[in-house]
Amino acid sequence: MMNKFDTLPAVTAVELSGIWKRFPGVVANAGASLSVYRGSIHAVLGENGAGKSTLMNVLAGVYRPDEGEVRVEGVEHRFRTPADALASGIGMVHQEFRLVPSFTVAENVVLGAAARVLRRQAIEDEVGELAERFGLATRPERPVWQLSMGERQRVEILKALWRDARILILDEPTAVLTPAEADELGVVLRAMADAGRSVIFISHKLHEVTGFCDEATVLRGGRTVAASMSVPDTDAGELASLMVGSLPVTTERPPAHPTGPPLLEVSGLSALGDRGLPALESVDLTVRAGEIVGIAGVAGNGQRELCQVVSGLRPAKAGTVHLAGDDMTGASPRRLFQAGLGYIPEDRLGVGLAPRLSVIDNSILRTYEAHRRGPFIVADRAEAHCADLVERFGVRTGPLDEPMAGLSGGNLQRLLVGRELSGRPRVVMAAQPTRGLDVQGVKAIQDLLVEAREAGAAVLLVSEDLDELLTLADRLVVMHDGEIVGEFDPTTAARSEIGEAMIGHAAGVGS
Amino acid sequence: MNEASLIGLCAATVSFGALLYLAALGEMVSEKAGILNLGVEGMMAMGAVTGFMTALEFGNPWLALVVAVLAGALVALLHGWFTVVLGAEQVVSGLSLTILGLGLAAYLGKNAVGRPPGAVLAPVDWPVLSDIRWVGPVLFQQSPMVYLSVLVGVVVWFVLSRTRTGLALRAAGESASTADAAGHSIVGLRLAAVAVGGGLAGASGAYLTLSLTPQWAEGITAGRGWIAVALVIFGAWKPGRVALGALLFGGTLALKTRLQTFGVDFSPILLSMLPYLLTIGVLVVISVRARNRPSPAPASLGIAYRREER
Ligand SMILES: Nc1ncnc2c1ncn2[C@@H]1O[C@H](COP(=O)(O)OP(=O)(O)O)[C@@H](O)[C@H]1O
Ligand SMILES: [Mg+2]
Repeated sequence: MMNKFDTLPAVTAVELSGIWKRFPGVVANAGASLSVYRGSIHAVLGENGAGKSTLMNVLAGVYRPDEGEVRVEGVEHRFRTPADALASGIGMVHQEFRLVPSFTVAENVVLGAAARVLRRQAIEDEVGELAERFGLATRPERPVWQLSMGERQRVEILKALWRDARILILDEPTAVLTPAEADELGVVLRAMADAGRSVIFISHKLHEVTGFCDEATVLRGGRTVAASMSVPDTDAGELASLMVGSLPVTTERPPAHPTGPPLLEVSGLSALGDRGLPALESVDLTVRAGEIVGIAGVAGNGQRELCQVVSGLRPAKAGTVHLAGDDMTGASPRRLFQAGLGYIPEDRLGVGLAPRLSVIDNSILRTYEAHRRGPFIVADRAEAHCADLVERFGVRTGPLDEPMAGLSGGNLQRLLVGRELSGRPRVVMAAQPTRGLDVQGVKAIQDLLVEAREAGAAVLLVSEDLDELLTLADRLVVMHDGEIVGEFDPTTAARSEIGEAMIGHAAGVGS
Repeated sequence: MNEASLIGLCAATVSFGALLYLAALGEMVSEKAGILNLGVEGMMAMGAVTGFMTALEFGNPWLALVVAVLAGALVALLHGWFTVVLGAEQVVSGLSLTILGLGLAAYLGKNAVGRPPGAVLAPVDWPVLSDIRWVGPVLFQQSPMVYLSVLVGVVVWFVLSRTRTGLALRAAGESASTADAAGHSIVGLRLAAVAVGGGLAGASGAYLTLSLTPQWAEGITAGRGWIAVALVIFGAWKPGRVALGALLFGGTLALKTRLQTFGVDFSPILLSMLPYLLTIGVLVVISVRARNRPSPAPASLGIAYRREER
């Protein structure tokens, strides 16, 4: 697995080893390592939450690691600020751009290193020249807020080039690009690598990695699970399975049993994504009472938007959503909840829970109506409800009136799942419900979903963990590029076949 | 209303305008770096009292001005310590600073109340210019603080819009994480901006007690610090527009005390509301326009920055 890329001169530009980084409640990096040769494009692959951005922020001086060693061009460094990393020739294009929208392109580019007195025309000319030299089309006099995402990205790269960064980190650069823009970026990066710079390219899109990267390192759960694999010699399917990994099987496949009437029916559903581009294309999906339908796919292929539309958080462009036979297209989240939808969102702390509110307040966020007298919440009743949830769902917590944020990831999720399931919803939609949890947490959540199924709920499970889906789902559909591209029977389907569908090579029964 | 009283009104408009301009420029610098400081009134009072007392003690108005600037900056750095270094809520800290500054100034100035000034900043007499009819008395027989405020305005404009330091400072106020990633010290930039803001508020206070109404009394700042805060918004964080606003708001201050002598039957209380009403009007315009362009307010204004936090 550790085969070195040996056609390049063996000069190591970056060497990270044994990097640990903990945040309250999460271990983002657990001894991760990375080694990058000069003049190569090195992909860092991993699912959402694998710790890629954290590792790169450590290299760029934004985060200080708890443990571990950072070597740049052979010299050990302890970066205390981004300025230190910049001084060592490291430039980073962050996942969320670091640009000042009200500044012009030129002002943004020179921000880190400008002459004492600025002459507008002069810096615009210089930035224009630099852009031309590297083939990064931009208009230096334009304010950044007027630019497309693609052009903003070019400005970010120009910033690094302006400071003459020898090591360029791009964190999920293609997430905001159209496919054509992504291809152009590949060309630019290759030219930079050929000129002796080293490029670290973060992604979870396999085809880009195979398209223009030399080597790949795969992270999972904060650890490096495969280091510096030669991309031309590695099969895309192998990289995919390394990314997704295989958890120890903790849950027995529940015996199949007869299903009831369709409770969730999605038909012809289309919707736009955050950037106004199509994210869902006429999706048809039915989930019956007493079954778990799994949605597999590489992140960013419309799963998030599907959940958002069904839960009332994103408008549909076309198509309908029916809940237990009633048309619920465009209904508010509150109405959907009252109609029997339990939703376990992907973004637990953003959408699911309010971290600064107490455990009690979080537990009644959805059902406060049941705990009020007139305009007041009856504190005793709310607390009793919360204590009941905590007990039934095994949440380990401190005092219930303390802020939620103090709970560990697994316990946050138990409370959230408990809150959504305690009202016995008819339809349960769970997005990445076990992501980032430890083994016990995973098992607890999976058991709860199976229980809900046994109780006659229709369960829609979105997961990037194929093993989880193969264990739990009664039926499995694969999403790619906003469409459902295949349906599989988890008891008989081959993993490789599902994997092919996930990367867009049509296969599978139906559709 | 005769010619003399009209000239008097115009001259007072310029004087009050300069008073507001100094404090507003300071607040603007602080806000451009992302720190809202609602303690202007308190910092102004501190500048006013320390300036006055230094003049009493040493008899030198320029030394008094320097002391007032330092006092304002020092008090402001208290706000800086809480908000920039510790990341405290800026509104709360700023309001506390107003209360603290006013209280401390009253305490320090106990024995100075009612005393004649130890020294004043005498009006400058410009050769030739001050003799011009109309223009002379309005523009060229003013306190040196008026000319100083114009100079400070030009310097602030130049530094903010034409220098590397200004670019970094504005970046810290627009997007602290961007300025940080570009290698600038957010703590350094913001503390410096807060200190400059306090220094200018202190200078504005000293202008009051060394020149405009050369005496000390509790509450002598009379809410002008608040007008300065509103003025920054009214001027859309631009030195030039703030200057125009300063004249406009200065005009309302000048008019307030003269309404009766002019025999106009208009409530001075309503007139004092005018700056705030105009500011609210500007806010409405800004928000309506904000739909398709960024607001002129620094985008990170009021938001503490901690590097490892999301
Ligand atoms: N600044 C932060 N504060 C708290 N938690 C964080 C922070 N940055 C990342 N995390 C957490 O660390 C884990 C890894 O995140 P990240 O490095 O962003 O993953 P990736 O980039 O691979 O998607 C996630 O669980 C994330 O929630
Ligand atoms: Mg990331």
